[in-house]
Amino acid sequence: MTASAAVPVLRVVDLSLRYLTRGGEVKAVQDVNFELAQGEALGLVGESGCGKTSVANCLMRLLPDNAQLVAGQVFLDGQDILPLSEDQIREYRWQRIAMVFQAAMNALDPVYKVGQQVVEAIEAHGVEPTLSLARERVAGLFRMVGLDPALMDRYPHEFSGGMRQRAVIAMALACDPRVIIADEPTTALDVIVQDRILRELKGIQQRLHMAIIYISHDIAVVAEVTDRIGVMYAGRLVEYGPTAAVFRAPLHPYTAALMGSFPSIAGEKRVLANLSGEPPNLIDPPSGCPFHPRCLHATDVCRQEIPPRVERGDQWADCWHPLEAAPALEPADNGGT
Amino acid sequence: MEANQPHTPPAAAEGLVSVSGLTRQFPVGRSLFRRATSFIHAVDDVSFQLNAGDSLGLVGESGCGKTTVGKLLVKLLEPTSGRITYRLPGLDGAAGQENAPLEASAIIGRQLRTFRRQVQMIFQDPYESMNPRRTIYDTIAEPLAVQGMGTVLDRVDMVSEILMLVGLTPPATFLFRHPHELSGGQRQRVAIARALVVEPAFVVADEPTSMLDVSSRTGIMNLMQQLAHGLGIAYLYVTHDLAVARYMCHRIAVMYLGKIVELAETEELLRNPLHPYTRALLSAVPVPNPEYRREPPSIVGDLTAPIDPPERCRFFDRCPLATHYCRDNPHPAFEEKAPGHWVACYEV
Repeated sequence: MTASAAVPVLRVVDLSLRYLTRGGEVKAVQDVNFELAQGEALGLVGESGCGKTSVANCLMRLLPDNAQLVAGQVFLDGQDILPLSEDQIREYRWQRIAMVFQAAMNALDPVYKVGQQVVEAIEAHGVEPTLSLARERVAGLFRMVGLDPALMDRYPHEFSGGMRQRAVIAMALACDPRVIIADEPTTALDVIVQDRILRELKGIQQRLHMAIIYISHDIAVVAEVTDRIGVMYAGRLVEYGPTAAVFRAPLHPYTAALMGSFPSIAGEKRVLANLSGEPPNLIDPPSGCPFHPRCLHATDVCRQEIPPRVERGDQWADCWHPLEAAPALEPADNGGT
Repeated sequence: MEANQPHTPPAAAEGLVSVSGLTRQFPVGRSLFRRATSFIHAVDDVSFQLNAGDSLGLVGESGCGKTTVGKLLVKLLEPTSGRITYRLPGLDGAAGQENAPLEASAIIGRQLRTFRRQVQMIFQDPYESMNPRRTIYDTIAEPLAVQGMGTVLDRVDMVSEILMLVGLTPPATFLFRHPHELSGGQRQRVAIARALVVEPAFVVADEPTSMLDVSSRTGIMNLMQQLAHGLGIAYLYVTHDLAVARYMCHRIAVMYLGKIVELAETEELLRNPLHPYTRALLSAVPVPNPEYRREPPSIVGDLTAPIDPPERCRFFDRCPLATHYCRDNPHPAFEEKAPGHWVACYEV
């Protein structure tokens, strides 16, 4: 695992966010805490609506008008970015922290040449003094993400899905950020292209010693590319720890259910766990532990009181009845394909 | 279903659904005044067979033609050439001969209605496959009305019963709701109910879980298996996800640019993939175990569209094993290299 003792480049403290809607206040993020060291890769996983993209939007300070920060701090290189004004945040956004968006087609403007869009990002932040230097930089970025620099003067529709995703990654890297947030970076792609892009992203991250946050519902992707994993449920981080430890022995029943319901092509075929029920309505979340209505281990105390934090080494979970260390998953055979 | 069934070659004219030499081309660049000169070979000379109660996974990347095969099998599309024959209850081929195979092109008129009962399709997107103005009852009862099954009063019971089967209980609370009041997983359950309420013999499921969250996905996968098994329904499961296909299907067929390149029993295909494309595809699938190490897939280049493809092997340009022989000869024949294990490749 990468040095966990290093100074964190990103520290999220007690982050809570709600959206004001006609139906009521949606408690999208509640008391989320985590740290990210330089060069570390964190995966945030959970079902749709669990708050993982909301956390990312807080970190980028890209929140819709109806979002309201209830509490919390986000320290980027020691500076809390949440109270900063829109002008001040511009120095952080893209230069210190950048995002690879989910839908690469929507992140690129169809009427501008792809290279031009990256050049603009560089110019807007004054990273390169002249246009020709900026273009040179973009050519370098294109090469880094595996795109032919000759493609700079093409339009997005001339790119395949994989190429567009690479261009969006190049754009995120344009201003040398310290932290990259990749929100479902490969969800719309076929597996072979996904594999290549993940390998490239991982290579770039390690070479540039960047910190990266992968946001995904695909725990197989997160298992492969991250050092640490955070499992979110109903706006809360319910389990957090080194990826290998969490996969070997999850503490939280939700983590175990998520992992047990995920089919794999490796190892023995096992019965897929059936996680019944639906994620809760965040306008009126359940009392006590938010997972109790779906949890097989739930007791009265789970229904009434917020669960305490249990720790095992570097791993923790918020649960009244954490699982024993006995492996919940069959160890997959490690013989390769 | 599992053990003693002999594995007949894919071209044999028996089984519930038999497909041989199935081909479908789509014209490119046709306009009002110009005939198309180029064609996308979406499905090219595909042969396989499905028996009653069988399940076949059709796996491949986007644009490989897997959905087109599904649509051809339910007669939403007509083939350019090739044969599909069915042996379906109530549909007899040669007059008087019970259970003789019937060719797809011969199914017209009244027989088409019986066909539409016996062969059903479940679509990918439960948000788009349902009329938002109609209640769940209307949606599920419509095929019953079309098929003239039951009286109006019976249909309430029939719909309630199928809702119970798909796990939407108690049915009374769902009957008169509209699709927007249901979650994605619940809607897909309604879609399954609509397909199964007419008691079909064969179902084509086109990526029925790809729009769903992990937890509802498992529920839908388990449900489909239980129902198909319990009701003896054969299904073709179209998916891009090999891990899902592993759990859903007895056999898996891998498609690449319109061709089936490999077909075998599921575990055999995963343990012993022969075609270089299958190997590449398998090695690209992420595994939910951080301690598992994968080798990068040995495949070059990108997926192209099969527009007027050259005669040779479709995979030639990207293949790590390609030789001069592959370059100079037509697409390799689909051959049985091991019992029940079919591959189209010169080099294995």
